[in-house]
Formats: sequence, C-alpha cells, structure tokens
Amino acid sequence: MIGHAEKAATFAANEDRAHWHDQALWFVRLKRDRQAESIPEWEGLREAAAAIKAHTLSRIADYMEEFERNAKTNGIQVHWARDDAEHNAIVHRILADRGITRLVKSKSMLTEECHLNPYLEAHGIEVTDTDLGERIVQLRHEPPSHIVLPAIHLKKEDIGDLFHKELGTTEGASDPKYLTEAARSHLRQKFMAAQAGLTGVNFAIAETGGFVVCTNEGNADMGTSLPPVHIACMGIEKIVPRTKDLAIFLRLLARSATGQPVTTYTTHFHGPMRGGELHVVIVDNGRSAILGQETFRRSLSCIRCGACMNTCPVFRRSGGYSYGYTVPGPIGSLLAPLRDARKFGSLPFASSLCGSCSDVCPVKIDLHHELYAFRQELARKKVVPLYKRLGMAVMSAVLARPWAYQIAGGLMRSILPRLPRAFVYGPWNAWGRQRELPPMPRQSFRDLIKKESK
Amino acid sequence: MNSRDAILASLRRNAPPVSPLPEAPPAITYADPERQFAEAFSSVGGKFVRVTSLAEVNAELGKFESYTKARKIASLIPNIGRANVDLAALKDPHELEGIDIAIIGGEFGVAENGAVWVPGSTLGPHRAIFVVAQHLVLVVPAGEIVHNMHQAYDRIRLERPGFGIFISGPSKTADIEQALVIGAHGARSCTLFLVGSPAR
Repeated sequence: MIGHAEKAATFAANEDRAHWHDQALWFVRLKRDRQAESIPEWEGLREAAAAIKAHTLSRIADYMEEFERNAKTNGIQVHWARDDAEHNAIVHRILADRGITRLVKSKSMLTEECHLNPYLEAHGIEVTDTDLGERIVQLRHEPPSHIVLPAIHLKKEDIGDLFHKELGTTEGASDPKYLTEAARSHLRQKFMAAQAGLTGVNFAIAETGGFVVCTNEGNADMGTSLPPVHIACMGIEKIVPRTKDLAIFLRLLARSATGQPVTTYTTHFHGPMRGGELHVVIVDNGRSAILGQETFRRSLSCIRCGACMNTCPVFRRSGGYSYGYTVPGPIGSLLAPLRDARKFGSLPFASSLCGSCSDVCPVKIDLHHELYAFRQELARKKVVPLYKRLGMAVMSAVLARPWAYQIAGGLMRSILPRLPRAFVYGPWNAWGRQRELPPMPRQSFRDLIKKESK
Repeated sequence: MNSRDAILASLRRNAPPVSPLPEAPPAITYADPERQFAEAFSSVGGKFVRVTSLAEVNAELGKFESYTKARKIASLIPNIGRANVDLAALKDPHELEGIDIAIIGGEFGVAENGAVWVPGSTLGPHRAIFVVAQHLVLVVPAGEIVHNMHQAYDRIRLERPGFGIFISGPSKTADIEQALVIGAHGARSCTLFLVGSPAR
C-alpha cells in the first residue's frame, strides 16, 4: 500500500510548485486571521458553534425527524440513504424517472465521497461540475485536491493549456480573468441546457425544514433557479436546530474558509421553485457509526471550511492528492481511516501534531488530539507497519530502563561517529532521508550535571 | 427496516448523552453601522452609492456605463430604471438570459459583512433574475442596516415554502491561482443604492 509519505514525496519533488502551494495556502490562512481578528467575540463564537454541534449530535435523530417533518410541509421530497450506493441509486432514479440526461452540479463533497459522477455517467447522464475549480479538475479527470479550493494544485498555465484543448481558448493564454470569462460562457450554455441541478447542503435547519447553500460564484443559484428539478444531498451532520444558529455558523464559515466576511450568495431553500421539484437526499454512509465512537465523534462537527488544511504544515507541503481521500488534510486524516483504517492507516501520521489545525478550527474539533489517539488505536489494531511497531517496542524498552538508556546513549556517542555514512544513512534511517543527524556530543547530560555539581 | 428507520435507529443507538444548547455570545456593534456597511460592501467588490430619494437613483443610474449601454433592463421596483423587460410575460426562467441589468429591492443590509437580505417574494415571477442578469442593482432603504448576523436572523421571516438570499457583492472566483476575478457565473457587478434621508 502506498502511504501518505510516498505520495507526498512525488509532490515535493517539484520544489517550485510545492513552495508555491505552501505560500498560496498560507496566504489564505493570513486572510482568515485578519477576519477572525476583526470580530472581538470570535472565540465565543467558536465555543458556541462547538457546543451547538455537540448538542445537535446528542439529539440528532430527533432533529432529523423534525427536519423531515418540516421539509415535507414545505413541499420538499425527502429521501434517506444508508450508504453511497443507495445515495447514487436514489439520485439516478429521480433523474431517470423524469427522463433527465443533463445535470449541472455545484460543489458537494458528499457526492465526491459517494463517487456519484462516474455512476451517473455510466448510466448515460451528462454531469457538469459548475464551480470553476471543480470544472477544471473534472476536465482533467481528477478529483479536487482541496475541499474549498479544488484546483489549488494547478498553475494558471496548466489551466490555460487545458482550456485551449477543451474550450478553444487562445493557445498560451493564461490570464485568470480571460480564462474565467471563457469558463463563464461555456458553463452558461451548460446551465441553460440543464434539466436538473444538484447541490450540496451547508446547513439544514430542523425547525424550518429548509437548508442553506453558500457559494461565491453563483453556480448553485444558476443550477437551481433555471431547471425545474433541484436535488440537494446532505450528510446527516449538516443539521442545526434553529434558524438563529445560522448566524453563528455563517459568521464563522467564510471567514475561516477563505478569509471573506461572508460568501457572495447565501441561499435559503424552503421549498421547490414555482412549478418545480425539490428533493433532499439524507445520507449516513458511515456517519452514525462514527457517532458511536466517543474519541472521534467530534469529527462529525466539521463544517468543511478547509481552514485546517490551509494552516497545516504537512498539507501545504504535500498537496491534497497525497492523502488519497475526498477530504484531505487534518480532518480528512481522521475521516478517512474512520472509514477504512487499513487503507488510510498512514494518514493519522501525516501530521506534526503541532496543533495549528485545532487552533483554527471554527467548531473547535480537537484535531491533533484525535490524530494522536488514532495512532494509538492503529498500533493496538496492529495496522501500523511492522518496522514501526518494532521500533516503538525497542524504544519503550530502552526509555523505561535508566540503565538501558545509559548504555544506549554511550554506544550512540562512541560508535555512531565511527560508522561509515552509507551505513548510518542506510534505507533503515527514514528520518535521515531529508535531514542530517546532529553531531554526537562527547558527554551526556548526566556527565555534565555530575561535573557541575562537584 | 427501511433506510430511514435504520439510520434513525443507528443515530439513537450511538448518540452521546444530551448536552445543553447554548445561545450566541454578545456580538459586535458599530458606532456608525451605515459606514461600516458601506466599507464592508465595497470590500467584497460591490459599489455603494448613498442617495436621499428614489428619484436620485434614476439620475445616478445614468452615470453607469453598464446601464447606459444596457439593451435589456428588468426592474422589480416601480418607476426605478428604464425597464423594458416584462418579467411577468416570460413563461420560463431561461428567457431571462440576455438581460443586462436587474434592479431589485433588498430588505436590509448587515454591517459586519456587507450582505443584503433579499426575500424570494421580492424577486418577482422568476427568482433566477438575481443571478442570470449580467449586472445587479440593489436598492435598500436607509435606516435598514443591522449590525451583525444575529440581528439579521432576529428579523428575517423565512418564507415557507419559499426562498431567501443574502447577497454580498458581485459573483466572484479565485479558483485560478487564487487570483480574484469578479464576474464568475452571476452578476459581473453589484451596485447598491442606500436610499433615504441621512440618519440624525
């Protein structure tokens, strides 16, 4: 199995690109800081958001029922899907029953998680992602590399080449304004021709039976106000109890995500458009199982702002694809192995545990603590590679015995400097691949103290 | 068991003990909310224009090139803008394509982020108007500026069934190398007229 470190090595090999990626995301983090600092009650908002999410999770079945009841009163058709397969089948049936073959989609990480696009395409439905970043990666036959900035791994020249090939823009042209304009007219045609629109859900409101979708581009609004059929797909964790809770989450979301005070469009849907249909597909797909895990259930509070990715020193220098999961970065490093510990077992180690992710998380998920706890769980389940487990066993044996520690330290100081470099930096020294070991001191700290206290 | 009941049962089985539902902390207010709103709206790429009367809106509109050059104008506010599109006569929202300017009313603005609340009922027969039109003009009564989003939701009466939207400036994207481009899928520009006599 290829783990995070191996895939990250490929990304890091292009030093200029990796550096640019790092800086671009850090710039977003700084914008987030400026917005957070403009709100004196920022920390209070985070506290409240975390507590509302915790409360909601503690009564989530009641709130889901309340939402369903009110949604139906609003004329919304509610569907429930236990897993990705059922979700995809429901969406397909809604489209197929109405003879729909052209669907426009706005950004939905849930449908990425469920691999809806390939499923629908296999059933003869043309699916167009309409968020610019998502359209770019769709045309490249790639998944998004970041949940808010899907094409952050690409340079404008890459996109210029792609658009020249796919949309017929001038060869070599890479001005973002020009390329965006080309995408605008290309996607307008798609919007005008679409027979249905699909969106995600940022927040669903139990007490009103409606939901909110946030975009900057207006693609969700185009896709849901022109064709008569709107399908909205939501994970169960998107629910909030009250309308007024939206104030808290909307104040946090865009500021944390992109450093904007609010998204351009914050659209509240409480029923189908005139003469149309509105469907909400509620999806579990492993979420209720996570709810049952005390140590990790807080990961369900995530509002998908991406702030933990922008701040993460590992994400910034390794890129979204090195995680191999729909949601990358610190939160993805929990959600992915919660789904499949064997397949994604390397991800909880893709962190320096510096805690920056926990510091910026708008809903105060204790990300680095959970990542640490997950490592322990993986070790218990023996999902960690053998060399790592052996190393840890030797390490704990030595550190638990002062005499063993002294002998080991003495050996290191005397023998290591005399060993050939090729041996010290052999394939067994993963740490030394990009780093130099410090010069061995002549004396141990213990010796120094003894001498000083004479 | 059907999926609905299975999911609900699983959620009930796995939920932790009930924890309390808190209220929001006291929120920021501004000495001059109108000024703060103007700054916030401009910072998100919108154009803020302060006028004292609706008649003045018509005069000011004439100064915008996108307006003077516009061929098709739709207005949802009586006597504002030289409207030449009869929205009620359009059978299908797709016929909105080609409208250069849409003039619509906002109920109130939010000082902290420059957002304007637009209830669905003010959008006329085709709600797509606000996003399909090439340029958007919002008209908001002066005095209708709340300080923050908490106050906003205190006064919003969500239309059920229905629709409502916060609009904060023109549509935009930064998906190509983080370079901000105004005019993604929706309005290429968003001009806001705050109308009424000055406060105090």
